[in-house]
Amino acid sequence: MTVKTDTPPLGGRGPGRRGPSWPTHLALVLAVVIISTPLIFALIKATQASSQVISPNMLPGTSFFSNLSNVWVDANLGRYMLNSTIVAISVTTGKTILALMAALAFVYFRFPLKSVAFTLVLLSLMLPTEVLIIALFDLVSRDLQWANTFAAIIVPFLASATGTFLFRQHFLNIPTSLADAARIDGCGPLRYLTHILIPMSWNTIGALAVIQFVYAWDQYIWPLVIVQQDDKQVVQVGLRKLIDVGGQTDWGGVMAGAIITMLPPLIVFTLLQEQFSRGFALSEDK
Amino acid sequence: MLKPAQTVADTEASAVFRGTAMPWFFLLPSLIILAVFIYLPALQTLRLAAFKANLILGTERFVGVQNVTELLLSPAYRQVALQTLIFMVLTVSLGLLFSLSLAWLASRPVRGSKYYRLLLIYPYALSPAIAGTLWLFMFNPEIGVVNQILGSLFNVKPRWLDDPMLAFGLVVVAAIWKGLAYNIVFYLASIQNLPGDVMEAAEIDGATPAQVFWRVAFPLLTPITFFLVFTNIISALFDSFALTDILTRGGPYFQNAGITTFLVYQLYQDGFVNFKSGVAAAQAALMLLLVAFITYMQFKVGEKRVHYGS
Repeated sequence: MTVKTDTPPLGGRGPGRRGPSWPTHLALVLAVVIISTPLIFALIKATQASSQVISPNMLPGTSFFSNLSNVWVDANLGRYMLNSTIVAISVTTGKTILALMAALAFVYFRFPLKSVAFTLVLLSLMLPTEVLIIALFDLVSRDLQWANTFAAIIVPFLASATGTFLFRQHFLNIPTSLADAARIDGCGPLRYLTHILIPMSWNTIGALAVIQFVYAWDQYIWPLVIVQQDDKQVVQVGLRKLIDVGGQTDWGGVMAGAIITMLPPLIVFTLLQEQFSRGFALSEDK
Repeated sequence: MLKPAQTVADTEASAVFRGTAMPWFFLLPSLIILAVFIYLPALQTLRLAAFKANLILGTERFVGVQNVTELLLSPAYRQVALQTLIFMVLTVSLGLLFSLSLAWLASRPVRGSKYYRLLLIYPYALSPAIAGTLWLFMFNPEIGVVNQILGSLFNVKPRWLDDPMLAFGLVVVAAIWKGLAYNIVFYLASIQNLPGDVMEAAEIDGATPAQVFWRVAFPLLTPITFFLVFTNIISALFDSFALTDILTRGGPYFQNAGITTFLVYQLYQDGFVNFKSGVAAAQAALMLLLVAFITYMQFKVGEKRVHYGS
């Protein structure tokens, strides 16, 4: 499946080509406006000085950077953003590497207990972190002594069932003759992975990276319980802290913070949009 | 979508590399993470569910199924379960209805449709926590833009977050809004992969646009609709936590419990605010059953009813 946002639909592909087009335009404009209202509102309020922020005034102001600098330094937003960036990049990279390796094992090897291992990976989809949180908290904070560390919010998320399956599916569609040829030429599995499979998998890697980055960036409940130390906290929980400051919320600052917080996933999404579309187009054909 | 039994066999056929240690070297990192951070906690959750436990104090007393029976008999917990169900049904059904309509509209070959599509899917980058933050400010009774408009137009300023029905409605609408972009991405992709010639043929045969949609396109979109129903159910169960935690803090109080306290929120409250680890673990065990049931249904329904076109 593809998300073709960058090309106009082909002549005969789109549905419903009869009738005037203005009702469609009207409905779409209305929908876009309604969907965007909370964001437009946030954008405007983020630029207003504190007296305007709490007024009905909806004209953009010039205080975006002063609002931002207020929360960036005083309310620790800069630190939260850095932490989230470290965590999201580590989780995305780690998940991708581990999933590539696992998929390599499942596709190119025959070994005992393969279906058991496969089932274990598959079943993990049924056990979301949110449900395991009590026992996970006990394990990570008491047994591993990882409370207030990045390890606590990175390591438990490094295995990816979704990633393993998508790569597996992708590898299965690469002709086996390629691997046979590589093996005959004396190329080992690791070299085959790094020199042949990965260069052939950029679309799938890109598609997964978008999903995994957004997922890691949006983590909320687990950091909320496992991280008590402010300078290790992630930005999603940080937003909550910006609001809870003894009744006197700096809403201009919070809106500026919210805008900044949504930028990294937006950037990743924009940069990898092509791969995102193609990666899923490939996996859906089979 | 995944068909586990078949796929393992598929995989075996293409095995080319030899070695018994090699595959484990590639698999072990993933398996160790899964064992330590998924399977071990899952077993521990089941064990803890049978204890009256407090992880902070380190106390444990075996009580068997007492935690579970207490939960099932508790009016507050039943209310929370019912609220979660209503929330889930409303957000999933309305959310998918709006997403499909919008994706269908944005797929029509009108000028500038690519910009419409972009404007409809960019909120995908928004987290539930940000959604909660924006809505909290917009619906602030005194300084929120909604009440400022309602106040000047109709001279009313509803207490959105204090009135149970208003708060529940607000959370439902915010959750639907948050989910739109994700659903639209998948619907747009599927609509563009529909066989254009089939729909064209239907139109040439004199089918109205409504008939083309309901008789031709909609049946072809059932696989993606089923996929989205299940992912939306899961996100209604879990992603709603950040939204409700920031927007309403589970409240306001209604009858036996906070009206926007859903299952995960209750679990968090009991586990990390009231420190009743055993009771929270029992809730987790019940939720595990629920998720297992949902996943089972996904495979079951997916196999039987879904029409995989093309």
